[in-house]
Amino acid sequence: MSGERGTPPGSATPPGSATPPGSATPPGSATSAESAATPGTAAAAAGSEPAFSRSEMMIVAAARELAGQRVCFVGVGLPNICVNLAQRTVAPDLRMVYESGVFGARPERLPLSIGDPTIVTGATAITSMLELFGYYLQRGLVDVGFLGAAQIDRFGNINTTVIGDYDHPKTRLPGSGGACEIAIHARQVFVIMRQSPRSFVERIDFRTSPGNLGGAEAAEAIRRAGGWMGNGPSVVITDLGIYHFDETGEMRLDSLHPGATLDRVRASMGWQVRVADALATTPAPTIEELRLIREELDPEGAYSR
Amino acid sequence: MIGAVSSTTSKVTTMREAIATLVRDGDSVAIEGFTHLICFAAGHEIIRQGRRDLTLIRMTPDLVYDQMIAAGVARKLVFSWLGNPGVGGLHAIRRVTEGEAPTLELEEYSHFGMVGRYTAGAMHLPFFPLRSYFETDLPVANPLIQPIRSPYGDETVYAVPPLHPDVAIIHAQRATADGDTQIWGLVGCQKEVAFAADRVIVVVEELVEDVVVRADPGRTVIPGLIVDAVVVEPYGAHPSYTQGHYDRDNRFYVEWDAISRDAASLDAWLAEYVHGVADRAEYMARLGDEVRTRIAPSGSAPSGSVDYGRYA
Repeated sequence: MSGERGTPPGSATPPGSATPPGSATPPGSATSAESAATPGTAAAAAGSEPAFSRSEMMIVAAARELAGQRVCFVGVGLPNICVNLAQRTVAPDLRMVYESGVFGARPERLPLSIGDPTIVTGATAITSMLELFGYYLQRGLVDVGFLGAAQIDRFGNINTTVIGDYDHPKTRLPGSGGACEIAIHARQVFVIMRQSPRSFVERIDFRTSPGNLGGAEAAEAIRRAGGWMGNGPSVVITDLGIYHFDETGEMRLDSLHPGATLDRVRASMGWQVRVADALATTPAPTIEELRLIREELDPEGAYSR
Repeated sequence: MIGAVSSTTSKVTTMREAIATLVRDGDSVAIEGFTHLICFAAGHEIIRQGRRDLTLIRMTPDLVYDQMIAAGVARKLVFSWLGNPGVGGLHAIRRVTEGEAPTLELEEYSHFGMVGRYTAGAMHLPFFPLRSYFETDLPVANPLIQPIRSPYGDETVYAVPPLHPDVAIIHAQRATADGDTQIWGLVGCQKEVAFAADRVIVVVEELVEDVVVRADPGRTVIPGLIVDAVVVEPYGAHPSYTQGHYDRDNRFYVEWDAISRDAASLDAWLAEYVHGVADRAEYMARLGDEVRTRIAPSGSAPSGSVDYGRYA
């Protein structure tokens, strides 16, 4: 079951070990997996394989991670397109929750913002924001919180507030929005972001949303003592690969996207990253996944180019 | 008989009059609406009337506060998410909050924290408790976010203070002349902020008779009891939207990124679309039919009706 992927720390199955990375791919993608199995192979080189961008690979890989999940809290930006793709592919029964006060959205078009009218028409429920954050999220009904980030550290702690000093920032970022409480109360947290030395850093400038703090054991004790409903971050999907968190709570590279290399990964992070012994290659996007992104979800390429 | 007793009071006024009477220099003002029902028409009128030293309150400052802050009406911003959703940053606000000498004071929460602040304000409570902020830098950045011990055990939660805006400005689909206000679609915090505020301005697409509201009381979000002024302003939320009336003008949200990157081009936009028009009707006329056509819903999706029954 791909749904076991993000087994919480402290449960019987060690995190990240239950399922080989990449196993959540939809039926029909096996040939893509084989043809793209050599890291460093150009994405378009494999005969009938369609060409795809690094962003498309990232979006597809993130959508596949939602296989088997029931309730997903959708963050603004990249998470939005990933979750909408998942609902059209691996998770047709996924209940999409938007912080604007929607449970069970069925958007007919990709909403640019997380408060678009298309997420209202045809939804299961419209709630006040008090109910959404109080009854649905803090009550523990959200399986996956899907977030973006500006900076992340090895333990999955997230900064979306400022780059530089808080009072005199070099860059003023959006701030928490709902991210802080999503990170605390969603049963699992998925993070999607492009990686670079500026985003994957040894020390984040501001902790907006808690991950595994300084390590899994202490984080778990703090969560249980504080009545958090969540178990912390379970997967990080980037334009280069897929990371899960090992038993110490640290990020571990489990899968490289086709065309990505370990050297490139290492050059785009501020710490010495742990790499899985059985490093996998992410199966390339299928023709159908690419069609959905290009024709239905993001025809202007705002997220996927 | 249902609806036989109609209201005798009318709070209907113009936007110019409502802002002139109810919004004063130095006030704290909340133009709420979570993506949906953001009253740009009120924001533009505040700019035109040259208000100063306002404390602007919104969960998501959005383009409306980027425009108002660029126009110089504010000294402080209370918020929880500062951006152009799905597009990027708010450049006018970034210009006054980044670097060595920021000129705009910020007071920052998370979404749940802001929701809690409005709720405590609406309920006349001294604080709102929530399980958030644990192990983050937010309580360091904002000392008003305080940990408190539960009186019933050894749990610690965080408290946020009640929020009482001087003025709340609420956009909605429809209201009566007395201010009984109905909303469908995303309700955001419209109800909480209205009950929390000292003065309430309701701005609607459509003025309706009392019988219309009484035929569907489940849709009433704000009672006229707490409303000071009712302004009828079609398209008053553009480029935000009003569910069932017009779509979010996503193209404008994207275009704003380029307009606002440069202070001079932003000023030119304000000169043309805010200072250069007398009211919302002129603003819509200046945008032209192309925009009106673009933001028309692509189809109809009426709700089913229910029967409340009569119990005479």
